[in-house]
Amino acid sequence: MRSYFKAVGAVIWKDFRAEWRSRENLSAMLVFALLVILIFNFALELDLDTRASLSAGVLWTTFIFAGTIGLNRSLAVEKDRGCLDGLLLAPVDRSVIYFGKAVGNLLFMVVVEAIVLPVFSFLYGFNVFQPGFLGVVILGSIGYTAVGTLLSTMVVQARTRDILLPILLFPLTLPVVIAAVKASQGFFQNTPLAEFSVWINILVAYDLVFIAVAMMVFDYVLED
Amino acid sequence: MENKTVIQVNNLEKRYGPLTVLQGLDFEVKAGEFVALLGPNGAGKTTLLRILATLSRPTSGQVRIASCQLPQAGTALRAHLGVVSHQPLLYGDLTGEENLRFYGKLYSIGKERIQEVLALIGLVNRKDDLVRTYSRGMQQRLTIGRAILHNPSILLLDEPHSGLDQEAGETLDLVLREVALEGRTVVMTSHDLVRAAGLASRVDLLSRGRIAASTSTGDMGPNELVAFYRAGLRDGGGA
Repeated sequence: MRSYFKAVGAVIWKDFRAEWRSRENLSAMLVFALLVILIFNFALELDLDTRASLSAGVLWTTFIFAGTIGLNRSLAVEKDRGCLDGLLLAPVDRSVIYFGKAVGNLLFMVVVEAIVLPVFSFLYGFNVFQPGFLGVVILGSIGYTAVGTLLSTMVVQARTRDILLPILLFPLTLPVVIAAVKASQGFFQNTPLAEFSVWINILVAYDLVFIAVAMMVFDYVLED
Repeated sequence: MENKTVIQVNNLEKRYGPLTVLQGLDFEVKAGEFVALLGPNGAGKTTLLRILATLSRPTSGQVRIASCQLPQAGTALRAHLGVVSHQPLLYGDLTGEENLRFYGKLYSIGKERIQEVLALIGLVNRKDDLVRTYSRGMQQRLTIGRAILHNPSILLLDEPHSGLDQEAGETLDLVLREVALEGRTVVMTSHDLVRAAGLASRVDLLSRGRIAASTSTGDMGPNELVAFYRAGLRDGGGA
């Protein structure tokens, strides 16, 4: 078990090390996310009431589009240099690759979120530094990257992978997006937790189900 | 030990949709043998090597390597395999040493072995440079280093000389000879008859998805090799 986590850690370390040198993925995700937040802010020019109901949607749309950029590149980098074969040749359970890539993608998304959230808070006037809301951000990001990593592995062989990933990913992650938006809205509007806790439960259930499914099918997804 | 069969392939078939790449292929390699697989483009060399490397599942047939039946025992088998493919399987944004350290963690290999391999492939002086700054020859040496890092008993090499100039090719030959001398079983695909025969103890000719001819290299000269290749293709229906 120790060697399993060591191997997962190695995949994460490798992704971060390479990203630290190239800064291709994170900078693209970050610039895109900040631009979307800014554009929505000026395009909508929302009054206070409308702002409370729409801002959660704006925030999650931003996270998801930025996350998709990261997911698309995450496996494409492995495939384009043939490194995916290098990972597949290792004498470890192939779920190691899934967990390593998924946790790496999640951490990239969290880094972007950590930078975007204060900007969002400043522009839209919401207190985002509430533990409950930050928990929703993490749960939503876990669900999104759990499914996203699986699907980006599935489409990485395809010539049209850049187009194919969002087409497959967005419908499948609709439950997680809806639940995350509703739960975030609850925190922004200071609604009592009991009234929207069902959405948080849905997020937890979605995360557990899709992580389990991904673990079971990942080996088959990798076959040629 | 020398006579023990390490790789045993029986009636192997691989199809991609309507396209049959390997059909009824039988192939056997004994411990310590260096076998070169020759054949024209599309003969199925890479497909065979990918199946042996557990990267692709056979459509039908039996594959047994080092007492492991594929595809069931794939994970256990991979610890005994070292693979060099068309592509370097290296990360350009990591240094040479970081690449080996990463693969070392996947194979649970210590730091001493990484330094040992860097010395063997002659890259100690460039170990801290990013791989994307390496020449093709240096990348290929590092690729060999990655493949032998965990001391595998079986090496599978898919056209390791492709894209190398004469000097880099000769350096690679030296590394391969050294690696083979350590008693490993080696299967290498190649388009270079003379170079393959110079390295291997046996040459097999793959044509239309099956082994069309096989010979031990012994004292074969270049002319005999070409004659063997042409006759094999003719008899196997590949020419």
